[in-house]
Amino acid sequence: MAILTVEGLHVHYGPVEAVRGVSLSIEDGEIVALLGANGAGKSSTLNAIVGLVPTHQGQVGFKGESLVGLATEQLVRLGVTLTPEGRRVFGSLTVEENLLLGSMPLGKSADRRKQNLERMFDLFPILVERRQQIAGTLSGGQQQMLAIARSLMSSPKLLLLDEPSLGLAPQIVDTIFDQIVALRDSGITILLVEQNVAMSLEVADRGYVMAAGSIVTSGTAKELGSSHLIEQAYLGHQ
Amino acid sequence: MEVFIQQTINAVSLGGTYALLALGLAIIFSIMGMINFAHGELMTITGYSLMYCGLVGLPFVIAAPFAILIAVVAALLMERIAFRPVRNSSGATLLVTSFAVAVILQTLFQNLISPRSQAVILPDMLAQSVHFGSLSIGINQILSITITLVILVLLNWFLRHTILGMAMRAAAEDFSVTRLMGVRANAVIAGAFAISGALAGVAGVLWVAQRASVDPLMGFIPVLKAFIAAILGGLGSLTGAVAGGFALGFIEIYLAAYLPDHIQPYREALALGIVIFLLLLRPNGLVPAFNVGREKV
Repeated sequence: MAILTVEGLHVHYGPVEAVRGVSLSIEDGEIVALLGANGAGKSSTLNAIVGLVPTHQGQVGFKGESLVGLATEQLVRLGVTLTPEGRRVFGSLTVEENLLLGSMPLGKSADRRKQNLERMFDLFPILVERRQQIAGTLSGGQQQMLAIARSLMSSPKLLLLDEPSLGLAPQIVDTIFDQIVALRDSGITILLVEQNVAMSLEVADRGYVMAAGSIVTSGTAKELGSSHLIEQAYLGHQ
Repeated sequence: MEVFIQQTINAVSLGGTYALLALGLAIIFSIMGMINFAHGELMTITGYSLMYCGLVGLPFVIAAPFAILIAVVAALLMERIAFRPVRNSSGATLLVTSFAVAVILQTLFQNLISPRSQAVILPDMLAQSVHFGSLSIGINQILSITITLVILVLLNWFLRHTILGMAMRAAAEDFSVTRLMGVRANAVIAGAFAISGALAGVAGVLWVAQRASVDPLMGFIPVLKAFIAAILGGLGSLTGAVAGGFALGFIEIYLAAYLPDHIQPYREALALGIVIFLLLLRPNGLVPAFNVGREKV
């Protein structure tokens, strides 16, 4: 069953059309990569799904429910969340405070909050040591882990990851991608936006390729990896 | 030496009031990117509430918290009626809206109450002073300093140890991501206005307690000073607002106390000159906000 369906999504910024009629669907338990060059409209698509930018036209359905028109703070409670590009951890708050804020969609359940906190500390041991540290003083890789952990604190069914490897050392990128696979194995569906095409196709089940606001090709990771469609999309020959 | 201690107490007292007002401005600015110039009118509303409470004979210990509550309600109404509809507009729109709210309220005070200054009945105790050797300290100054410190400690506790406080600190840094955490934008902004209203209310009570009168334009000068204090401290930074408030209080009081008589007419200009000089040294303020230059809401 498709957990997320996007049909004919349009996003405008003033007169600029960033996303022009994107349609995609994600099955429960998949990792789907959304690839494309800078400015192709990948982040705008993610931001529109979670309501951070308005959808001008089109439908977004999550488990059969329409997300269009819901405020971001409402729809994260349904089990969708986004780890934004550039990490955007709350730099003046401690690691633990960042995580606690992430658990707010759970409501008042203190038990689940504590349980999730313990789980995040298991998943990202570095965060235990840094628990009381101000998040702005963490390294880039640690901030990325914190950003992902913060998203996971709400026990999402669907996690949208925007450029998790951006600006990180290759070794850290490996760790992050290992964790993405582990998350999928624990039952979380993932939509991954990445510049790192090779790594993405290694972990993803399927992929979509965007150029100039539209989807130009899609297929299984294997198909995309062995064809020249991606290079063409990046170079602009469609 | 005694004069110096006396003046320092004056400075802490005045600086504390500026700090409370600047904090109120900074909390709203840090979250919405708006300078609320109608903040001073919340003070004035507090003053009129005190005046009416005095007229019906309510004792001050009940009147003061009641007047602060009225300021909180007024701040929440301001947000709901005037600022929410323009929340996502440009900074200029927000600024002009806040000026409009200020002018509308001032006009209402003038037409519905009186354009003239009104006396506020205060307990005699406030006007008395305590003597320490040759030093005499006004009760209202002691109260003002104590209350300011208590409020600062409470606010700090609220921001660090409650979930709404944490959400407000997060929202000040990155509003969109805070919404991704499931925090309701309306709740955070209303919370910010409630706190800013309470701070204006407390400052209003302290201001009126020193002067025993209230007039329609009472809030304008203090809020202008608070605005200068907030900029001096680092616009959007709460610690900065407190630092800026006290700094401005000290600058003003010491200039008034120690400047030779023939230079006194230039006191205000000199005070602002010092502020400009400090800003030249520290362009982002004494304690810059964490996210200087980032987009709001």
